[in-house]
Amino acid sequence: MLPSVEELKTVLEQLLPGVSLTVEGGSLIVPPQQLTTVCRCLKETERFSLDYLSNLTAVDYPSEQRMDVVYHLYSMSKKHGPVSLRVKLPRANPIVASMTPIWRGAEFQEREVYDLFGVTFDGHTDLRRILMWDGFVGHPMRKDYVIEDQDAS
Amino acid sequence: MAIEEGLKGELQKQGVYLTTWDQLANWGRSNSIWPLQFGLACCAIEMIASAASRYDIARFGSEIFRASPRQADLMIVAGTVTKKMAPQVVRLYNQMAEPKYIISMGACATSGGPFHKGYNVLKGIDRFIPVDVYIPGCPPTPQALLEGLMKLQERIRSRGLAREIAGKQGEYPIPAFGANGLEPRYNPDVWQPPASVPTPAA
Repeated sequence: MLPSVEELKTVLEQLLPGVSLTVEGGSLIVPPQQLTTVCRCLKETERFSLDYLSNLTAVDYPSEQRMDVVYHLYSMSKKHGPVSLRVKLPRANPIVASMTPIWRGAEFQEREVYDLFGVTFDGHTDLRRILMWDGFVGHPMRKDYVIEDQDAS
Repeated sequence: MAIEEGLKGELQKQGVYLTTWDQLANWGRSNSIWPLQFGLACCAIEMIASAASRYDIARFGSEIFRASPRQADLMIVAGTVTKKMAPQVVRLYNQMAEPKYIISMGACATSGGPFHKGYNVLKGIDRFIPVDVYIPGCPPTPQALLEGLMKLQERIRSRGLAREIAGKQGEYPIPAFGANGLEPRYNPDVWQPPASVPTPAA
């Protein structure tokens, strides 16, 4: 069985000296610089074996000038999950480490978040738009995106 | 030369059948409308159901879904037309042989439907190509699609073949991808934005 989020925080902080996490609404808030360390530990520690990244998305908080990237992890081998991680990034320049070296499945989801939210994933080998076309300007899932008037001539 | 209906009926009782070229040609054309085999979203599932045995579009002679636009008479735009897909839909329509028809199936193909205020969906395929029959619904039932097909048959029967060929439009311009939408946003020869509705005086 997977420990509760509070226990998980304590266990991770013991395993990884220098890492400080917070719990917020059932998710672990991970500092951006420590995300790779924490994720690698969650995948490779036998007890957790979180080998499956089921979801990677982002949330835009314009009033707080913040962009959160959200990770949902499951374990196929242990049949447990989900563990929810969140990384808080500055909205003006959101950059976070890519998770593709850890979970191969992150590649397309990171491209989607880059396309629609404009988050840059450091270390991604092929970071380009995936849904919108190459010449598209802007990131349409950002709250301040202005939708074109299709009736205008 | 038009034949008086009463005389025609009288002659039929005697075993003499009279018709005109247009009626004969339209009878054939309207009963073998071959649709282009492609679907864009959930409406396509209803279109597939219409082709299966329960609703059986074969009763109307339209069971032969062609995999090539060169062999199709009818384009059923079944589903959401995204901005990214719209140029391909126009290109497929251009590749079909005259005379050719379009059914806009469902709310999305007609107006953008639930995605009307979204950033990535075309607000109606009629902005680029001329639609003959619109079918409401989200998605329309197979019955509704068959009703739309019957309306199209009526339309084909009511027009002469010579007029259809004379009204040949040629190719429709294929839109390109712009900074946040298609360029041009619509084909002014086919579609014009609705005049703004005056607000009623309070």
